[in-house]
Amino acid sequence: MSIHPDFTPSGSLQFGVFFQGVNSGTVWKLPQSGSQTDFQSFRRVAQTAERGLFAAFFLGEGLRLREHLGRVHELDVAGRPDAQTMLAALAGVTSRIGLVATQNTTYNDPADLAGRLASLDALSGGRAAWNVVTTDNAWTGENFRRGGYLDHADRYRHAEAFVRFAKEFWATEPGRRVLHSGQHYSIDTTARLPRSPQGRPVLFQAGDSPEGRDFAARQADVIFSAHPGFDDAVAFRRDLVERTLAAGRSPEELQIMPASEFVLAPTSAEAREKLVWLRELQIGPQQALAYLEQFWGRSLAEYDPDGPLPDVDPVVETTSETRGSAFHGAKALELAAAWRAEATDQGLTILEFVRQRNARGARSIVGSYTEVADLLAEYARVGAVDGFNISPWLIPSGLDEIVDRLVPELQERGVYPTEYAGTTLREHLGLPAPERSRV
Amino acid sequence: MIQRGIIGIDLGDAHPAVWRIGEVPALDAAAVVREVLDAESAGFHFATLPDAARAPLAAPRADAVQRAALAAPHTRTIALVPEVDAVASEPFHVSTQLASLDYISYGRAGWLVAADGSAPRLAALGRGPLGADDALDEASDAVEAARRLWDTWEDTAEIRDVATGRYLDADRVHYADFRGRSFSVKGPSIIPRPPQGQLPVLAPYGLVPAGQADVLLVSAPAGDLLVAEAAAAREAYPEHIVLAELDVVLDARGRSGADRLAELDALSAWELPHALFAGGPRELADYLGELLGVAHGVRVHPAVLGVELPELAQLVLPELRRRGRLAPVNADAPFRHVLGLRRPPPSRYSTTRAGGIR
Repeated sequence: MSIHPDFTPSGSLQFGVFFQGVNSGTVWKLPQSGSQTDFQSFRRVAQTAERGLFAAFFLGEGLRLREHLGRVHELDVAGRPDAQTMLAALAGVTSRIGLVATQNTTYNDPADLAGRLASLDALSGGRAAWNVVTTDNAWTGENFRRGGYLDHADRYRHAEAFVRFAKEFWATEPGRRVLHSGQHYSIDTTARLPRSPQGRPVLFQAGDSPEGRDFAARQADVIFSAHPGFDDAVAFRRDLVERTLAAGRSPEELQIMPASEFVLAPTSAEAREKLVWLRELQIGPQQALAYLEQFWGRSLAEYDPDGPLPDVDPVVETTSETRGSAFHGAKALELAAAWRAEATDQGLTILEFVRQRNARGARSIVGSYTEVADLLAEYARVGAVDGFNISPWLIPSGLDEIVDRLVPELQERGVYPTEYAGTTLREHLGLPAPERSRV
Repeated sequence: MIQRGIIGIDLGDAHPAVWRIGEVPALDAAAVVREVLDAESAGFHFATLPDAARAPLAAPRADAVQRAALAAPHTRTIALVPEVDAVASEPFHVSTQLASLDYISYGRAGWLVAADGSAPRLAALGRGPLGADDALDEASDAVEAARRLWDTWEDTAEIRDVATGRYLDADRVHYADFRGRSFSVKGPSIIPRPPQGQLPVLAPYGLVPAGQADVLLVSAPAGDLLVAEAAAAREAYPEHIVLAELDVVLDARGRSGADRLAELDALSAWELPHALFAGGPRELADYLGELLGVAHGVRVHPAVLGVELPELAQLVLPELRRRGRLAPVNADAPFRHVLGLRRPPPSRYSTTRAGGIR
């Protein structure tokens, strides 16, 4: 099977690790669940990943603490460090692994952010990357000077102006001015640092809407996608090949690394058992109710998590300002009715229903070491993805099994590196040298 | 009784002509770690990392917070104090970055506040220049916002209570609700309360209202005036730590400090921000001893970091230590402790009185 006549698979995979620090994926309830803020947790995960020849270590960016029904959300891990500050510290205790900072175009300043990323790239000897994300809600903006000033439709145009500026800044000789004047920004600054060993930071991008995909096709080096399932990944690749060609780039210039969770064990049966155990830890009774409460817009504390879905209707609010991104507005009534019907049909309790829904979003790859290695080899063979960005569900030991058991299986199958390709992230990923001239 | 003081060093080249004599800093991790380790081995209690925007274009430096973070895991005693501008930055990010540094260094972080309202600095952000008073107001607001954010999580907010399924206790996480003159910040912080509770804030004397700074940096145009200024500052602000700022050019490499200074000055003029000492190590130890008699400590600014630091390490600090003028250095001591500041006060928002101090 060929995915697309104009696309040649590389035949191999790269791993990244995403230290999440937020949401229900990270299990905090076990005795071996470590600190989310202690430097040793970050060091341990990064060094384990490097031992396993991972291409990249990712950090997210927290801009506002999650809330639930108007209060700080209590049930999941929370509280995380600044991405680039932590990555700078990790640059000194690792030597090869790429260091990826998620940074928002809406709530960072272009000259400041481009300068700090250039600094991280210099300090790490060409291992820095920027995972470009955008936000437009005023709720997040309450923590920032710029506030919530973006129209939803405008955010990718705004992000693209930001990225184009950054690329121009990085391509400019030290000591020369960089001027930018446009609808979104007016910038007059001076490039300071010499060109990094990898030319400039690698750009990751995570948007999944058509606008987001086109933006990535024009500007990004790697897409951090939400499509790890095999058929889904193949369809996503095909779509991105078309978009990349339409943007005038070669399809191999835009790589795809889906977010994923790995649940592994010596045997297939043990892996399935482990998955059930993991889901119970990730989604307890309180989390299950809280999940529904996000959509119902009201407390459901009087409902039994082991009983049927709530018979009351959701509270329909006209504003989503205080409820973050999960709110579904007037669609909530419709949604609640559909979910009730679905749960009744399948005979599911609240807890079972929410665990099932959560499983779909968890993007899990489950199986024995050899099963998963065989599956991943197939991804590599057809070029469905260029690698996986793995979110460990346990900090800090969550990568141990992947590095010790899965990586050797993949190496045996010839689909995973046996050494780092070079010293820079760009070399690990096999990306072409970036543009030297003005963008 | 002889007062034992603390001594810090600014890890940059104070003289603007240094790059012209071929001293250009390396930007890689090993070089950055080496500089900080050299300062730690010398026995300095703290190091300040100058704002990258102040480095000469011909001798650029990496981001100050990143340099500090990079060095933290490789050091055990020295406090790491990046200079971070409070005007040209997002207070929420600055607060998070500095709190992160405090975690990475296990409580050895501080903040050296700067307030640059100049046209070139703000043009990079698409903003017009600020008058001096407006810049100071903005800096003051940014410091206040960061300090409030550091208090938004009580020390005991992370409860990890498996029985109730709660990782946090929302009653112990608070909104900052800061409204400044040109920006507001809702909070809470995205990172839990830093290990020190509040990072020590160092600020040039008069830059921000004294109540916002823990440490006042006192300057004067000449050495004798500096002693008098430090004494006056201690009297005026008895609750604060007072550090005296001193530029240093030492006799080194077979040449006198005065000769070395003349050579540098001929290349480009040094608009002296601080009192200047040029001379030999014994005389410097004498003068520092005098300063340490009135101030809590000093911060030295080496004219040429690569030349002055080894001389300070080999000849000056050992002499001061022999004379009993320096406080001991202790592994893993929080910077607040080194400065003699109180244990972290409970969060200003704390409602659970018992849990404030760890």
